[in-house]
Amino acid sequence: MDLAEVARRLELEGLYTDYAACLDSDTLEAWPEFFTETCHYRVTSAENYEAGLPLGLIYATSQNMLRDRVSALREANIYEPQRYRHLISGIRIDGEQGRALDVTANFLVVRTMQDGGMTLFATGRYVDRVERTETGWKFAKKDVVLDSRQIDTLLAIPL
Amino acid sequence: MPEGLQSLLKWPKEGNARVPYRVFSDPEIYRAERDRVFLGPTWQYLALADELPEPGDYKTTFLGETPVIVTRGEDGQIHAMVNRCAHRGNLVCLKQRGHSKDGLTCVYHAWRYDLTGNLTSVAFRRGVGGKGGMPDSFKIEEHGLKKLRTDSFAGLVFGTQSAEAPPLSEYIGNDIGGRIGRVMRGKPKILGTTSQILHNNWKLYVENVKDTYHASLLHTFFTTFRLSRLTTAGGVAIAESGAHHASYTYGAQRGDNTASDQAYAEIHSLHQDYGLKDPRFLDSVDEIGDGITLQILSVFPNFVLQQIHNSIAVRLVLPKGPDETELQWTYIGFEDDDDAMTERRLQQANLVGPAGYVSMEDGAVGGFIQRAIPGAEEECSVIEMGGHEHAPQPTRATEASVRGFWNAWRPLMGL
Repeated sequence: MDLAEVARRLELEGLYTDYAACLDSDTLEAWPEFFTETCHYRVTSAENYEAGLPLGLIYATSQNMLRDRVSALREANIYEPQRYRHLISGIRIDGEQGRALDVTANFLVVRTMQDGGMTLFATGRYVDRVERTETGWKFAKKDVVLDSRQIDTLLAIPL
Repeated sequence: MPEGLQSLLKWPKEGNARVPYRVFSDPEIYRAERDRVFLGPTWQYLALADELPEPGDYKTTFLGETPVIVTRGEDGQIHAMVNRCAHRGNLVCLKQRGHSKDGLTCVYHAWRYDLTGNLTSVAFRRGVGGKGGMPDSFKIEEHGLKKLRTDSFAGLVFGTQSAEAPPLSEYIGNDIGGRIGRVMRGKPKILGTTSQILHNNWKLYVENVKDTYHASLLHTFFTTFRLSRLTTAGGVAIAESGAHHASYTYGAQRGDNTASDQAYAEIHSLHQDYGLKDPRFLDSVDEIGDGITLQILSVFPNFVLQQIHNSIAVRLVLPKGPDETELQWTYIGFEDDDDAMTERRLQQANLVGPAGYVSMEDGAVGGFIQRAIPGAEEECSVIEMGGHEHAPQPTRATEASVRGFWNAWRPLMGL
């Protein structure tokens, strides 16, 4: 592996680390900035994904839709205080097309409610396309593919 | 009417306008519901007929907590049977869905059934070398899987274990049936599925579905974007028995919203200053052509059909214990949808489901009630909006359809 490749892998690891930190530290307003303006973001289950079904539990086709998601969570939706802890590992480059890379990574998310109750809320993998931009690597597409089709109570904070 | 449960519970004299909280937590009531509601004279949603297009296709689901297999038989008809081997009670089908060319085989001792549930063979029935095997008195035709009655309506397959339940179309009735038909206009195409685990009794979710009063109060999204308000034209249709309902809302007022805004001015759900940066996902078309933009329909006890603008989904409410429920969603479009319509349905799916801008709160509010009622088993909820009856009303500022649910539930339970 040459040094450029090592540097690229470290950059990608930094991207996912920052992404997790953003969601887990309740700085959701910065979350859309991890995406390109015309991004696709979708949360789905492995069952839907493998069957080629297009549904998303969250389905956005622009960065502004992600901003709307965040403002709805802040202003409109009612849900109990909760926090996530993302563990992301196994970041793998599956393909390369010009300035874009197809990347997959595993995630595990523990959700902790205000009363201290903790659950293993979600596991799965990200099936992403990342692009190198002037401001660093951004997600042009992110499919959050959940291993389970069951969601405990609700999905408020993005994954 | 079956023997009542009066020893457990005395129903308040106010009738359907009061519901004792005990019905949401008592294990004995839950146990009785299994026999009287879910295995009683009710029709429950099993599948979309189009989910099982070919002979040999099958899926598994539940009547309440009782596991069920639904098949497309060699005769081209839909069949349903209890998913429990007639031998030793093992699950016959383990997968959620599949295809079998030669019937269904229990993994435990390889007893085989045809796609209608008839037992066709027993492994080593004659034993080995003249020893062992089944006695001559064993009659293969007496040991099939327990069969359900099935019937379909507008492409929706329902099943019941009861011989007494009336034919499905009669059970649903013309009024509610017509409102199912207006949504299920074509050959459905599944867009995806999801499910939610709710930490509440199944009836708390059904009450929520039938509660036309809460939608624009709990759900800020509805109110702020004038998707549905109590001040918008609409109403609620209710079957005579109270069992089924359909609430409907006509397209939001395009003109002056001042009066409506004033009506909501003191309510937390109206946020005047909140706007969307990319509201494309709310672009909807009147695909049915009758001006109704929102219809939430239920068939007793646990089926829901939703039309929220162009987002169409069937929901199945499955009890998983006195205080746990699985809510299964199947989102659909139709075969003749163009790409733009499919995209519209996918965008508007953001309104519903576990992460839905609107439905998110419905996933939690039942759990809030469940957590609030310990120690209040002898106390009651107050369900008086719109009076004490469960007749249809030309407004949604009513709880008539919630009372209707209890009017249907109570006689089954003898309460």
